[in-house]
Amino acid sequence: MPTHEQFRPILEYLWIIPLLPLLGSAINGLLGAKWPNKFVTSVALGSTGLSFACALEAVREFFANGQAPFRKEFFDWIIAGNFRAGFDLQLDQLTVVMVLVVTGVGFLIHIYATGYMAHEGGYYRFFSYLNLFMFFMLILVLAANYALLFVGWEGVGLCSYLLIGFYFLKKSAADAGKKAFIVNRIGDFGFMLGMFLLFRAFGSLDFQTVFAKAATWQPDAMGQFGTFTIACLLLFMGATGKSAQLPLYVWLPDAMEGPTPVSALIHAATMVTAGVYVVARSHALFTYAPTAMYVVAIVGCATAIFAATIGLVQPDIKKVLAYSTVSQLGYMFLACGVGAFGAGIFHLMTHSFFKALLFLSAGSVIHAMGGEQDMWHMGGLASKIKVTFWCMLFGTIAIAGFAPFAGFFSKDAILFVAYQSENSGKVLYGVGLLAAIFTSFYMFRLVWLTFFGEKRYDEHHVHVHESPGSMTVPLMILALLSLVGGWLAAPALWGGPNYFADFLSPVFGNAEAPSSETHSLELTLSAVAVLAAAVGLIVAWRMYSRKVTRGTSTGLHKILYNKYYVDELYQAAIVGPLVWLSRNVFWKVVDVGMIDGSVNGIAHGTQAVGDTVRHAQSGNVRSYAVWVIIGAIVILAIIFWPLWRPAFFVATSGGVR
Amino acid sequence: MVPTNYYLILSAILFGLGIVAFVFKRNIITLFMAIELMLNAVNLAFVAFSQALGKPDGEVFVLFVIVVAAAEAAVGLGIIILTARNRHSLNVERVDLLKL
Repeated sequence: MPTHEQFRPILEYLWIIPLLPLLGSAINGLLGAKWPNKFVTSVALGSTGLSFACALEAVREFFANGQAPFRKEFFDWIIAGNFRAGFDLQLDQLTVVMVLVVTGVGFLIHIYATGYMAHEGGYYRFFSYLNLFMFFMLILVLAANYALLFVGWEGVGLCSYLLIGFYFLKKSAADAGKKAFIVNRIGDFGFMLGMFLLFRAFGSLDFQTVFAKAATWQPDAMGQFGTFTIACLLLFMGATGKSAQLPLYVWLPDAMEGPTPVSALIHAATMVTAGVYVVARSHALFTYAPTAMYVVAIVGCATAIFAATIGLVQPDIKKVLAYSTVSQLGYMFLACGVGAFGAGIFHLMTHSFFKALLFLSAGSVIHAMGGEQDMWHMGGLASKIKVTFWCMLFGTIAIAGFAPFAGFFSKDAILFVAYQSENSGKVLYGVGLLAAIFTSFYMFRLVWLTFFGEKRYDEHHVHVHESPGSMTVPLMILALLSLVGGWLAAPALWGGPNYFADFLSPVFGNAEAPSSETHSLELTLSAVAVLAAAVGLIVAWRMYSRKVTRGTSTGLHKILYNKYYVDELYQAAIVGPLVWLSRNVFWKVVDVGMIDGSVNGIAHGTQAVGDTVRHAQSGNVRSYAVWVIIGAIVILAIIFWPLWRPAFFVATSGGVR
Repeated sequence: MVPTNYYLILSAILFGLGIVAFVFKRNIITLFMAIELMLNAVNLAFVAFSQALGKPDGEVFVLFVIVVAAAEAAVGLGIIILTARNRHSLNVERVDLLKL
């Protein structure tokens, strides 16, 4: 048993990984206001960089330990009767992937942000929030029970709100922050109900206990629609909010109001994948709830195609990427829904590389254009900002799914297992493939509109310039990762082992859908996927490589351009009635009538009594004297009454005698 | 020797007269005299008890009351003079500025 004798400094003090960003956040938030940017930068980068280093060391120790899942209870948090929720952290194969993605990509985006935000006000505030986000995200992925996970879950929501509304003087940004927070609350409500149900069923929120009991659970009276299905659907409701799935995806496109590094870190690479992580983490529950799995697959698939179609026509470079993110998250849920949790996490990882790359490149473009985000006001930038162009091209090829880039392997894995799924797998595959064509199309459309064609901006006002090294170096690193990130799974293509899936198999075990199909089928499907990407590329090239004009939008284009009018629908169906109800019932009747009424009523009553009683205070000395006399008489009567009465009786009885 | 009861009854009558005068009269000086009357009625009761019980305590109290009454007369008359100057009246019902 070499496990306990080994010196494992970071594993035994695993809390150091989330604590470092928290310290950085506190230092910058409390002291940074008066510091020059240089100090703030070193604190922010130092804390996240150290955290990344600690994470690497923890993973090294994890491997040195023979990949034994590590779990440690650091201190108790809530104890009530039999219930215990502690500050318990764990590190298993799934957490390893997540921690490395969060700290690694997070660190790169921090470096990028030092360049991107250099000339913005509130520099210290930005990095304080960003570090705080890292802290909560790490708590989320390291937590060993649902309660602690929920702390991180809510914390990243808070940081998302703060960072979307970073330019809080801009009304649209403040509104977008509120929208993100409120929509997330709807999902969180379901998540909390799910936790309550789990606690009721299993008496614990600890992952180990819950999953162990789930394995030996006897079907209850509710049968297939039993505890598992309901609990999983409720957890998935939380995931739809956080990971921007139908019908709660509406906040993510608006969240692009935040600074671009925020969009890259929170709304592409890490936070929005938290829902996928929770579903994958709860795979032990989901595998016993086929109905819930089916719902996850359908919602994921529907979101993938739905968001992809909207992304086809958006003019704003960041909005295209936002809908692309929603669509790719749909892929991840599709993978989880058909039982391929490993493939979902694989796509989560590769997506965090290439989507962070795309967002950061878009940020670099916006930086170069002096804040312009409309692609119709760009064009012909390829020769002016070469590094950004090549990085963006790498990201685009990766997300479109061309071999040998990362997106090819992960998307291919998802479509492959979807094809094999027993529950209408062919339909899921078909829709997924269509979404892949759309993905390729809108990404290459973005590239052509931005980097090729004629210049559609005024060269006298816009001085296009390449971004500083602090921005381009992270881009290049991410571009490299977008290329090689998928190679872990590459040998599977020619029949070899899938290293990534094998690595995760101790976590997901037999939850993974069996790969019964022949190897030739996988090759065929891969070829079809590349073909789909090529179709998207060719169509985009045909449409946008020539001289293009914006044109007027009619018919289907108009519907897509207006995002299927979903925001308007929600406004009319939910927000409007709620506002009406709040204003006319809760405000004017309940608040003004009942609450204010009762408070004011008490005040008026007191005043009325005082008005009556104050006449006793006449100011007339003699009337006071009368009151004094009356009082004296009453007191004397009370004192002498018992003394006087017996004497009275004695006197009368004496008289009779 | 006069029985103690007689003193007490006289004292009660004097005190009652003082109260009635205080409540029904309007002239401040009359009110002042009514207060003096009540104080002296109490003094009479004190000395009567002192004599009946053969103890000096009551007489000591009387001396105190006389001293306080003298001081009160000094202050009270000062107030009355000021009131009369300001109001050109000794009617107590016009001294009611403290009312709401």
